[in-house]
Amino acid sequence: MARRNEEQARYKTFSRRALLLGGGQAALLATLAGRMYYLQILESDRYATLAEDNRINLRLLPPPRGRIVDRFGLALADNVQNYRVVLVREQTPDVGATLDDLGRLIELSEYDRARVLRETSRKRAFVPVTVRGHLSWPEVSRVEVNAPELPGVSIEVGESRRYPYGDPMTQVLGYVAAVSESEQTGEPLLQLPDFRIGKNGVERQHDLKLRGSPGTTHIEVNAAGRIIRELPPREEAKPGRETVLTLDAELQAFVHEQLIPNKSATAVVMNVENGEVLALDSVPGYNASAFSLGLSSEQWSQLVNDPLSPLTNKAISGLYAPGSTFKMIVALAALESGIRPNETSFCRGYMELGNGRFHCWKKHGHGLMDMHRGIKHSCDVYFYELAKEVGIDAISDMGFRFGLGNLVGLDLPGERPGVIPTRDWKLANIGESWQGGETLVTAIGQGFVLATPLQLAVMAARIASGKAVTPRVTRGFREVEGEGPVVGVETPEFAPLKVSKAHLQVIRDGMDAVVNEERGTAYWRRITKEGWEMAGKTGTSQVRRITKAEREAGVKKNDELPWRFRDHALFVAFAPVHKPRYCCSVLVEHGGGGSKVAAPIARDILIETQRRDPSGVQGLPMLASSDVGEG
Amino acid sequence: MAFSDLSLSRNPRLNLAQRVTQINWGMVFLVVMLGAIGCSMLYSAADGHMDPWASRQLTRFGLGLVLMFGVALIDVRFWFRNAYFIYLGGLVLLAAVEVIGSTGMGAQRWINLGFAQVQPSEIMKVVVVLALARYFHGVASEEIGRPFLLVLPIGLILVPTALVLKQPDLGTGMMLLMMGAAVFFVAGVRIWKFLVVLVAGLAAVPIGWQFLHDYQRRRVLTFLDPESDPLGSGYHILQSKIALGSGGFLGKGFLQGTQTHLEFLPEKHTDFIFTMLAEEFGMLGGLALLTVYTGIFVYGAAIAYRSRNHFGRILAMGLMVNLFLYVFINIAMVMGLLPVVGVPLPLISYGGTAMLTVMFSLGLIISVSVHRDVRIPRTGLNNNL
Repeated sequence: MARRNEEQARYKTFSRRALLLGGGQAALLATLAGRMYYLQILESDRYATLAEDNRINLRLLPPPRGRIVDRFGLALADNVQNYRVVLVREQTPDVGATLDDLGRLIELSEYDRARVLRETSRKRAFVPVTVRGHLSWPEVSRVEVNAPELPGVSIEVGESRRYPYGDPMTQVLGYVAAVSESEQTGEPLLQLPDFRIGKNGVERQHDLKLRGSPGTTHIEVNAAGRIIRELPPREEAKPGRETVLTLDAELQAFVHEQLIPNKSATAVVMNVENGEVLALDSVPGYNASAFSLGLSSEQWSQLVNDPLSPLTNKAISGLYAPGSTFKMIVALAALESGIRPNETSFCRGYMELGNGRFHCWKKHGHGLMDMHRGIKHSCDVYFYELAKEVGIDAISDMGFRFGLGNLVGLDLPGERPGVIPTRDWKLANIGESWQGGETLVTAIGQGFVLATPLQLAVMAARIASGKAVTPRVTRGFREVEGEGPVVGVETPEFAPLKVSKAHLQVIRDGMDAVVNEERGTAYWRRITKEGWEMAGKTGTSQVRRITKAEREAGVKKNDELPWRFRDHALFVAFAPVHKPRYCCSVLVEHGGGGSKVAAPIARDILIETQRRDPSGVQGLPMLASSDVGEG
Repeated sequence: MAFSDLSLSRNPRLNLAQRVTQINWGMVFLVVMLGAIGCSMLYSAADGHMDPWASRQLTRFGLGLVLMFGVALIDVRFWFRNAYFIYLGGLVLLAAVEVIGSTGMGAQRWINLGFAQVQPSEIMKVVVVLALARYFHGVASEEIGRPFLLVLPIGLILVPTALVLKQPDLGTGMMLLMMGAAVFFVAGVRIWKFLVVLVAGLAAVPIGWQFLHDYQRRRVLTFLDPESDPLGSGYHILQSKIALGSGGFLGKGFLQGTQTHLEFLPEKHTDFIFTMLAEEFGMLGGLALLTVYTGIFVYGAAIAYRSRNHFGRILAMGLMVNLFLYVFINIAMVMGLLPVVGVPLPLISYGGTAMLTVMFSLGLIISVSVHRDVRIPRTGLNNNL
């Protein structure tokens, strides 16, 4: 019986304890259910969002870059499809063997081969690796035809920038290239691996408009990043706007042809009334398409270190002493200060001031000079006398009025202001007070004065039109490529210059005489066709100091000097002389005399400009931005 | 003697047909249900393919069923008599892992028997219960208070625990301890003794920490703050919680779980299979599975309660607690309530040894049920029986 009771007690204990255990288990199961409730009901929304974030990636669709066209709609920059061959590791049994097969069809360098092998082993198996870009059509078709024997190989299409007009346009258009580290703004579009932005010229100036805005697509990815499928909605990219320039591509090509025989030269052609730049070139240039394809570091350092600085647009960034082309400013300063044009002075070939002797370019002097003849013969002594009379303040004031010494505000990056010296300027920059002799040097456009060829063209335009013309290269934009009116950049009403019309006419007559009167410095470069005659002014800007000893021994001719010590040749002109419509400035670096080297180029350019008359021909239909309603 | 007559009449020898009718078919039904759920989840884990997991799991489940019935039909007295031998066999296997075991996931857990890979630590969980039940069957309730009598059973637990921890397999080690404690508890060991051990255990935690491997420490630490390192060790827990939470009440639908099918969820066919189920079938599916498990626990407890021999009671209860611990630790782990310790979800997770040991223990529970009226003297069975 004891055993029976004993068994009973054990059973009782077991039952009680089992019940407690069961209770404990029930409590734990309830905890699980509670946790499920918490995760799956209370926190469900949060986790659902996290799950969507996990699997859905927003992918940007890069917008096609807007075209750049000239005033007549000719494409200066557009996009072409380029073909690249890519390899997906997981789709080929043997990367090396497939590359061997591919190498028999298209050219494949050892370097590319090594790179592909490295990248395929490093990247995830499903990531396509570019084997080679920029395939030619025959190469594309060879790969396509042999596709069945090339597992994992496929052709992908991308876009690259093309410049159909090539070299003549590169300085104005600039180029596009991959976004550099410092250009990253955090905008996701800029982080796309193949995205290119404008680095110079128009491409840079209007980069934001040309870029367009990216589209978006949602893709489902797995944990490894493999794309499973695309999910709606897809928002297409908005292409960049087409940018319409004021340039005339054909004229630009012509100008380029005139400049190219020179080592380093630049020219600007403008409409004198509305400031539209019709051509603007600087040689040597560079191949902009090469930037789009990607430049080797060797090519890059060659460009950067070239003494002819092909990367610089000298028309807007090159600073030169304007030489005699500055004399119009001195003459105007004198006229406005009350000196009459028929007041004369005598040129003996030099003038003395203090201890200094200031020479005329004509050793034995011009004789008696009034303003008309002073300009016509470009007599230095006459202008020394004027300068001495009116002083530096009047000269620099006039220089500023004609667009020198300040940025003229061309819509291109890289423009430089140049220098019109004033007393304050010298004090601030050199730390000395102004000397009388410096006024004389300034009068012939030497010394401190520096101007860009663009500024000289603007000066010519202002002399020709009497208005405060400013230049621009952009006519406007079009939303849709090749369609609809051009929504214009606001054309400002240029205010008349605060200079007497009669005085301007004196200057214009002088410039007329330079070219069209016998013994004018550019008489042999005149335009003979009636109604097309040009007026102009030569300039020869010294880049070295002529010592007294050399002067006594006879000034060396340019031909005898090393290239980099030769004078710059300049010419500014407008035409037709009696009803000015176009102006032009030409500068040939170390070209020698302005009349000999620069004037013929300017003449040919102005003939071609008048023949084409780009401002007279109906260009693309325009729509002023004020005509465009909101929305 | 009257006593022997009595014992004969109360120890019926059932023939095979009688035993089959005594099988607890309701419980079998729940087990088959779990097997079916497991196979469908593995089908989903393979993106709607039977291969590589579902088909093999199905085969194993079939084998497991045969094993379960086989074990269930064997007289409980056989298990009683051979409990210690079986325990010793398990211990030998476990020790063999140290010598000839193969390494997986940084721990030595597997042993190759030629035809199959076996994980002796899984088998150990069952045989420890067997041995403990055998031992406590012979301890009278007044004797249970003697600390000396507890030395052997504690040894029965600690020896395999030490071997398992050395592999290292923290999850199984903890399970062995908890299961042992549960058996001690139902056997009637005084509650204050548990408290003493608990306090001593807590005091030993800093010492134990020294013996943990780096990855184990990291797991514990990430468990404490999983979102501190979302791409490192906390990744599993975080992704699992995201999968569960995004499943919501009704789930994303069969084969539609984004977290699982897009590979964000690791180990979806083994330890994290509950997460997949709860992502695809929501809280409703999760609760349904818990209900099925609870059904089995209730059957197990009822079988223990109705057994007329103490061995059967403790065996059924201990095995049931073992099953419960599997389920609880696994689900709590994937829901971020416990550290990730590598405990499979019984009959659902892919894995051969776990499946077969679970089926074996279910077979034992059913055997206890079938032979519930068998009486076994406290002092043991006569050799001629």
